[in-house]
Amino acid sequence: MKYESQGIAKMYFIAAIGLFVGQILFGVTLGLQYVMGDFLFPAIPFNVARMVHTNLLIVWLLFGFMGSAYYLVPEESERELYAPWLAKLMFWVFLAAGVLTILGYLLVPYATLAEMTMNHLLPTMGREFLEQPTITKIGIVIVVLAFLFNIGMTILTGKKTVITLVLITGLIGLAVFFLFAFYVPDNLVLDKYFWWFVVHLWVEGVWELIMASLLAYVLIKVTGVDREVIEKWLYIIIAMALISGLLGTGHHFFWIGTPDYWQWVGSIFSALEPIPFFMMTLFAFNVVNKRRRDHPNKAAVLWALGTAVMAFLGAGVWGFLHTLAPVNYYTHGTQITAAHGHMAFYGAYVMVVLTMISYSMPIMRGQKAANERAQVLEMWSFWLMTVSMVFITLFLTGAGVLQVYLQRYSETPLPFMVVQDKIEIFYWLREVAGLVFLIGLLLYVYSFFAKGKEVEDIGAAVTS
Amino acid sequence: MRETFTKGMARNIYYGGAVFFFLVLIGLTVDTVKSIPKTDNRENLSEQVVAGKYLWEVNDCIGCHTLLGEGAYFAPELGNVYTRFGKSTDAIKGFIKSRPKTGIPGRRSMPQFNFTDEELEQIAQFLKYVDGIKIARDWPPNVQG
Ligand code: HEM
Ligand code: HEM
Ligand SMILES: [Fe+2]
Repeated sequence: MKYESQGIAKMYFIAAIGLFVGQILFGVTLGLQYVMGDFLFPAIPFNVARMVHTNLLIVWLLFGFMGSAYYLVPEESERELYAPWLAKLMFWVFLAAGVLTILGYLLVPYATLAEMTMNHLLPTMGREFLEQPTITKIGIVIVVLAFLFNIGMTILTGKKTVITLVLITGLIGLAVFFLFAFYVPDNLVLDKYFWWFVVHLWVEGVWELIMASLLAYVLIKVTGVDREVIEKWLYIIIAMALISGLLGTGHHFFWIGTPDYWQWVGSIFSALEPIPFFMMTLFAFNVVNKRRRDHPNKAAVLWALGTAVMAFLGAGVWGFLHTLAPVNYYTHGTQITAAHGHMAFYGAYVMVVLTMISYSMPIMRGQKAANERAQVLEMWSFWLMTVSMVFITLFLTGAGVLQVYLQRYSETPLPFMVVQDKIEIFYWLREVAGLVFLIGLLLYVYSFFAKGKEVEDIGAAVTS
Repeated sequence: MRETFTKGMARNIYYGGAVFFFLVLIGLTVDTVKSIPKTDNRENLSEQVVAGKYLWEVNDCIGCHTLLGEGAYFAPELGNVYTRFGKSTDAIKGFIKSRPKTGIPGRRSMPQFNFTDEELEQIAQFLKYVDGIKIARDWPPNVQG
């Protein structure tokens, strides 16, 4: 670690991993509720468990992004963080807001939570992924603004690199588009239209900038490849991300009461969206093949390559699968959507954060890389989690294909609940895969505590 | 990548592409907002419907159901439930009202929300309004949603 203030990332990463465990515990709960409908009913109904699962995901990814930025920006800018105290303070504010919100979901009925938090003054609750009480949303805005100020001042007063510029652009975009979470018109069509300005323009827009810059940073560090090469890739990847992703938003405007031309615009541009993800895969493998050194942190290299591959599969391939309007007509809002949502979020954003953690955590703990045994365990957890996510996706795709056929395509369409019974076996299989995922995650957590032979510092000659 | 393709060119494509397509997105958004009065059923957006939408939100119905295909996939699509229930708001109200408090053994079940009669009417009117939104190709493909 070159700058002391980079170490602030550690607390962010620990919180991220802790909340990740919570997310997955609720994931397997949801999976069980799919097949045992009365599980935990009425104490924790499905919708409550679901918002805990998805909101924990978003919150821990934000912890991960912030931690990554706090680690990366001082080093790239070649100076200490502008205000380390502010970063520490905001950590506790964000953690408190997150934990209180989750407790709120679990301890009181959602409608009561809405009343307690005076939702009627500025109603923003009750939309998918944006279920947080308005006061929590305001808290998120404050934390993110303080974070952007801190990171921004560090960059402005330090050395500017392409990586930090792309990262801060993505982070500013994240903040700006989140503001649409406060716009909840009575008109449902408008409501839905602008809801996607948060959800789609995050994951298929500005978050791709964040992802690409984090990946580029780790790749520079572990391969020693020339910055010029990496920066060129970075620009072209994010160019393609925005060129395809901005109008690609149209793939959500097929069936919500918006004009028909969106079927063309949305289909064409979103069909291009796999390109930046494919380029990230090419980029990662290319750079690793051209590496100038073998970094002792093998686990980090594995995560980096894994991110590139899984993001392409989840977002690129599974996204393309249902993005053309004539296909989406049948698959819209089915288990196909859930299959894609899982692999895309895991492959792109979960994995890129775990890549950053894998690379930086040993350094923050005073080593160049974790000991051999810890790395082996971490790589086992990589495979357990990644392979079980592939299976979760395949089982949900199986469920989705049958659901589409039985409920929407066949001559005699069956009611939703009847179809759910018929495809139950896939939900059982998904639950098994989910439990393996949980085991992989617990192994991941354990790997941080595993003792073993310290790795020889092969890369020590080239310090960077 | 080729030497002839420089970093500067890549950067220009990024800035140019991002700005251009962002402007196009804004343009299409303006056009969409202008054209949706033809489809969005705003003439039926009564006070009752607005209250119903609020109830829909503060009870997180979207956490189990889809509405026009968006939401959770645990329970049936409700964008066309008014049609599915024989164009009867009474049937919708009856269903919501009759959910057992402690669920149905072994099966998925909807919570009992203890709505007042007025609230039930508001929710039913909201669902009727949603059913009246004109969707391209009359999505969903059939009444099962
Ligand atoms: C890492 C990037 C991505 C993530 C995290 C992601 C995640 C998601 C999620 C969670 C949903 C469900 C939203 C909801 O609840 O309604 C969704 C929907 C969708 N995504 Fe993605 N996605 C990504 C990239 C892509 C790409 C590149 C494509 C196209 C090539 C795509 C195509 C779609 C489509 C068409 C839907 C709508 C499904 C429906 O009609 O039900 N996604 N995505
Ligand atoms: C890192 C791993 C995971 C990520 C990133 C993740 C992400 C998500 C996302 C984004 C959604 C919303 C889906 C959508 O709207 O399309 C969701 C819902 C869900 N997740 Fe996960 N999840 C993960 C792991 C799991 C596991 C291990 C299980 C259980 C076996 C699980 C079970 C579920 C269920 C049942 C839903 C609800 C789907 C519905 O609405 O019907 N998830 N998850
Ligand atoms: Fe999208």
